[in-house]
Amino acid sequence: MTECIECGADVTLHDDLEVGEIVDCATCGAELEVLGTDPVELDTAPELEEDWGE
Amino acid sequence: MRIGMLYSRIRRDEKLLLSELRERGHDVVKIDVRKQRFGLTEPPADIEGCDLVIDRCLATSRSRYVTRFVEQYDVPVVNDPETAAVCADKAHNSLVLADAGIPTPNTEVAFTKEAAMEIIESFGYPCVIKPVVGSWGRLMAKIDTRSAAEAILEHKETLGHYEHKVFYIQEFVEKPGRDIRVLATDGEPVAAMARSSDHWLTNAAKGAETEHTEVDDEMRDLVARASESVGGGLLGVDLMETGDAYTVHEVNHTVEFKALNEVAETDVPATVVDWLEARAEAGMEATV
Repeated sequence: MTECIECGADVTLHDDLEVGEIVDCATCGAELEVLGTDPVELDTAPELEEDWGE
Repeated sequence: MRIGMLYSRIRRDEKLLLSELRERGHDVVKIDVRKQRFGLTEPPADIEGCDLVIDRCLATSRSRYVTRFVEQYDVPVVNDPETAAVCADKAHNSLVLADAGIPTPNTEVAFTKEAAMEIIESFGYPCVIKPVVGSWGRLMAKIDTRSAAEAILEHKETLGHYEHKVFYIQEFVEKPGRDIRVLATDGEPVAAMARSSDHWLTNAAKGAETEHTEVDDEMRDLVARASESVGGGLLGVDLMETGDAYTVHEVNHTVEFKALNEVAETDVPATVVDWLEARAEAGMEATV
């Protein structure tokens, strides 16, 4: 559990968290990027870019 | 083995690969391309010593450049930059498919809205206009009328990035409410799924329903040829059914497979990692 940097609500995290992963805040819907796992550090995820995809 | 993974966002697909690689005891190096500097001759420390680097960049532009740099450092990279360059651009992709004699939707390109309108009128309605770079079904338009065509072309010409002035226009294929994605390694199918939707776009990213589908002989042949046409590698080949045949509309080079893994009868990440290991071993033997 950590705090959403957008709304301050608790964000539930799963066990296999990876740096670079995106987690959603269930309260405000913000997409948060995992910058660190020990300790957990979150930041606002980058906005969708036009050339993203597969 | 030391396996590098180029990324800027870890999706479910990358987590599946990371998990499989780590379970097998590989030394996995996650390489966030946003933090790297790529010189002309010397590799960044994270890439140096890798037996293989996997390109899982979310951004096509980064994928195209970074694979070129990794190849420059003589480190094997999946997929290679030639494949990335072809698959990253729909026009390029269509050209190589047609050149290989693979059935692909009729497509024309123009650089002005007047010439684009001529194409649209000759194709008739509906037809489809797509950005040459893009994914997940974004910014694609099914054009049903001339007035819609005029509006779309004007918007693209006025508001768009210069790539949106490369008007890529395609016939509309009457598919049976679904298309087929085949994940393949050097042309050998790993698994396939049908993606169904009431919407004309059937991308999994658009919420299409997915289900396992068998790869028949014709599909297998087309996948092998489509893979070869773009230079091989770990690819997602997209096909549409046209009556009793298929047409290949594109090949994807940083293919997502999480949706496929949920419906496939095979263990997709395990099969992909089998292939990656073989590629790395081949590269190691070549340098001995």
